[in-house]
Amino acid sequence: MGAFHSVPEDHEYHLLAKKTGFSLEQIVILHNRFNQLSHNSDVLRREDLRKIPDLACNPIQSQIVEAFFDERNFKKGGEGSVQEIGFEEFLTVMSYFRPPETHLTAEQKEEIRRTKMRFLFNMHDTDNDGTITLEEYRHVVEELLSRSGSLGKETAKSIADAAMLEVASISMGRMGPDEFYAGITFDHFLKILKELEIETRMNIHFLNMDTTFFCK
Amino acid sequence: MAPYSQLSFLLTVLLIFGALCVTSKVQIQSSSERQSASSNTGSTGESTSNSSASITTVPIVTWKWHHVETPYLVALWILVCWLCKLMAQLNSKLKSFFPESALLIISGFILGGIVWGADKAQTFKLVPRNFFYFLLPQIILDTGYFMPNKLFFSNLGAILVHAVIGTCWNAAAVGISLWGCYLGGAMGNLQIGLLQFLLFGSLLAAVDPVAVIAVFEEVHVNEVLFIWVFGESLLNDGVTVVLYNVFDAFVSLGGEKINAGEIIKGIVSFFVVAFGGSLIGVVFAILISLLTKYTGKVQIIEAGFIFVLGYLSYLTAEMLSLSAILSVTFCGVCCQKYVNANMDEKSVTAVRYAMKVFANGSETMIFVFLGVTAIDTDIWVWNTGFILLTLLFVLVYRFMGVFFLTWILNRYRLVPIELIDQIVMSFGGLRGAVAYGLAASLDETRIKEKNLMITTTLIVVYFTVILQGLTMKPLVKWLKVKRVSPTELKLIEKVNNRAFEHILAAMEDISGRIGDNWWTRGWKRFEDTYITWFLMKPEARKNRDYLFSIFHKLNLEDAINYVTEAEKRGSLAFLNQTDGTIVNFEKKLRFSGVMPDIMSELDFGNNNVQPTSVIQDTVPSVSLNIHEHEMKRMNEDFNAHHLLQQHLYRSRKNHRHKYSRSNFSINQSEDEVQEIFQRTMRSRLESFKSAKMGVTPAKKITKHPKKDPNHKMSNGKTTDKSKKHPYGDEDFEFSEADSAYSGDGGATGGSSQRRGTYTMGAGVENPAFMPEMDTPPPPWVTEAEADTSVAPSQGAQRYLPWSPRNLHRLAPLRISDRSTDSFLMADAPATEESSEESPQQPSQRDGTHM
Repeated sequence: MGAFHSVPEDHEYHLLAKKTGFSLEQIVILHNRFNQLSHNSDVLRREDLRKIPDLACNPIQSQIVEAFFDERNFKKGGEGSVQEIGFEEFLTVMSYFRPPETHLTAEQKEEIRRTKMRFLFNMHDTDNDGTITLEEYRHVVEELLSRSGSLGKETAKSIADAAMLEVASISMGRMGPDEFYAGITFDHFLKILKELEIETRMNIHFLNMDTTFFCK
Repeated sequence: MAPYSQLSFLLTVLLIFGALCVTSKVQIQSSSERQSASSNTGSTGESTSNSSASITTVPIVTWKWHHVETPYLVALWILVCWLCKLMAQLNSKLKSFFPESALLIISGFILGGIVWGADKAQTFKLVPRNFFYFLLPQIILDTGYFMPNKLFFSNLGAILVHAVIGTCWNAAAVGISLWGCYLGGAMGNLQIGLLQFLLFGSLLAAVDPVAVIAVFEEVHVNEVLFIWVFGESLLNDGVTVVLYNVFDAFVSLGGEKINAGEIIKGIVSFFVVAFGGSLIGVVFAILISLLTKYTGKVQIIEAGFIFVLGYLSYLTAEMLSLSAILSVTFCGVCCQKYVNANMDEKSVTAVRYAMKVFANGSETMIFVFLGVTAIDTDIWVWNTGFILLTLLFVLVYRFMGVFFLTWILNRYRLVPIELIDQIVMSFGGLRGAVAYGLAASLDETRIKEKNLMITTTLIVVYFTVILQGLTMKPLVKWLKVKRVSPTELKLIEKVNNRAFEHILAAMEDISGRIGDNWWTRGWKRFEDTYITWFLMKPEARKNRDYLFSIFHKLNLEDAINYVTEAEKRGSLAFLNQTDGTIVNFEKKLRFSGVMPDIMSELDFGNNNVQPTSVIQDTVPSVSLNIHEHEMKRMNEDFNAHHLLQQHLYRSRKNHRHKYSRSNFSINQSEDEVQEIFQRTMRSRLESFKSAKMGVTPAKKITKHPKKDPNHKMSNGKTTDKSKKHPYGDEDFEFSEADSAYSGDGGATGGSSQRRGTYTMGAGVENPAFMPEMDTPPPPWVTEAEADTSVAPSQGAQRYLPWSPRNLHRLAPLRISDRSTDSFLMADAPATEESSEESPQQPSQRDGTHM
């Protein structure tokens, strides 16, 4: 596995493993991939990700790519977006998709749930004002449906609107006539997607085996 | 009430049953007569034996039991079985802890007992042929057709492991262990060898989908667990039948001739039969899907194609000695998506219901007959050792198999299956009719202990279905198995799920591995580009989008709510909820001129976008809510109009299409559309009148208990609009026709009198949003609520319509939301001078000035 150029020190890997929860093998594999994507430079840019052929046909590609460059997702308390990320950030974002350990207490589960949900929420809340406004939501839905061909923008819009109204009616209960539903807050987001069982679903299988060879 | 009805049903069943017994006796007697007659004459056909033998005069009526015997008995049995189910369902106390399947079996015992008591022999039993050809196919087709595809395929690996390896393990382990015990002398002297034991083990390995669904449907376990158990039971039936056939062949071959070559052949045939059967199913699924592309022209029998072809796929596989169960399963699984997209919505509903009728009906019959069959002295051969050991092994090996396989699978799963789920899964290994059917079709000449096997199988079936079924619910509760709440997914959840799939796939792309999501997506792309093109109607391709269909469904639901709600309040009042829709109403009308059935539900899906977009153009999106509001209302209005048309003309229409067998569509004439238009127009103008009369538009007060927050704004808006109403000048002319109009309105619904009263003060914009007003609240509640939230209408609701005078009230019906209160204040005193009215007035004022 000596295929990568800038071999970080072993203890750096250990540090990263501690921080992100990945195993050492997984980190090595992901680092390989990182180098492959960034063409062996230390930083990764948006274009690098956009170039992945399979990703190119993903309808919400831009949101996903953006999530990698969103400082809110780096678990460092920052805001705003950056132009390029290093391996650590890459790994941190990836770690949102790590399957949880088998034995967890209820609180730990809830915590994992919250972090994963926060990631999703951030993906929707582009201006970082704590709410997903109708505009923001519509944008996501439009993108989401943009590739399904037959569904026009109008339909996407009305689906977004209907969903939004649904959220409003669920989370606010009965609203007074003067009230205005500004957008989905994180709490509402959590409440509404309660049944999504995100902790068991927002996972991908990180292998301990290197398959980067097969993908472009 | 309930005990009485139960009693009466019990009586009915008993009566019918008495009749049945009598007839069956008659049958026996007459058949014996016939035999003697035929032996005398030596050459009579059965039709002539009774009646035409010796006619002296022309008979006016004759007793022709033999002409109808078989179909009559079949129909009667179906009726009796279904009545049993009805009784089981009526008895809610029993039902709460007793699974229905067990109840049915027990009622089967009772029925069997009656038959036996009458005949001293069991004349009716579950014959394997009938079971496999007439009862089973529709059940399997139903389960396949309603299979949650995504769940099924994403768990297919695990299901296959359990269904194939698990079943083989069960068959082999049970067979060999029993053989071992037999050699050890636990069962006394039996004419049975290892191969027979293996055969017996294989037929007992079938976890029965019918029993499993019947029990698991009632407990609502989480979906992964459900699909594992359910998918396993479905596929393992196929596997069992294959195994059974292989061992059956071995048995008839005889132990000596079996060598390595034969065993390899057996294994090969196992795979050929299983996969071949599935392949046949897929082929038929493609056929069905292709066919439904073109069946639109014969819409009435469109639904029938699914059944016929599904059945044919079963028979074809059977003919080719491939696995028929697997065939029909995969036929259902593969065709559902395309069929649903291709067929008319009505046909889809028809298929859905017919499928359930068949499946549920034959499921009921199977369980009842499993009970009936037991009451027969001929089949009962008791061998304590054999029976108890079988029960023990069946249970134990099921647990071992499930635990071991799950343990292996868990190593590859992201989220492991928990111990509790494994217990439930093992416990869910219910044996059922398939096992019995296989046992009953054993060949007695080769298997000497056939009756013992049947006995044991029946006992295993009863034990698992009744005892395990009975304890399943408490067990699930006690172990705190994760259960699903049977709620519908919200739209936003579905949107999110969709986004989720993409995110996961993207993450896999980025992390650079080829995983499940990669495969799923690859398949989806392939399907989108080729398969849908091949199998779907072009116009259906548009609507196949999952999200769109959800959206469509939501809209339909809203519309239906809306109409039912509105009908409660007065048949026509709802139609004219907003004046903002005038433009669209005309548009609608234009549609209906062009395409007469544009209003029908099927087209709604295609067209609901249009009015929405119109509205969105004309109404600046001030806020989400107005916007949303308008949009929703638009769709509702649109559909409401359609429903209104149907219901308004219901009485006249029915006799028109009922006799036509091929054309079932509701024929609406141009007149009807016109008339409806005029009525709505009139009422619209009517409401406009009040607005124009300058009565204070007491708008702010209408703080309706509805969810739409910006109601006020929208109200203001519509008022503005109505001022620009083009027909403004004609209003008085129209209003003169009011009384006639209201009379019509009254005639429309059956109980419109009362409805009219409700509508009285109903300044409700969109009744669909007010579920709490579905039923008139009792007075005390109303009183309490009156000051908090309004609803002048509740004031009206306090008033139950006793006097015919209420008919008057229909006249100034509150047809529009806008001018609700003002209109009432202006008109109500004038039209109704009764003293009855006085309590209503204050409450309205209450509402208004709040």
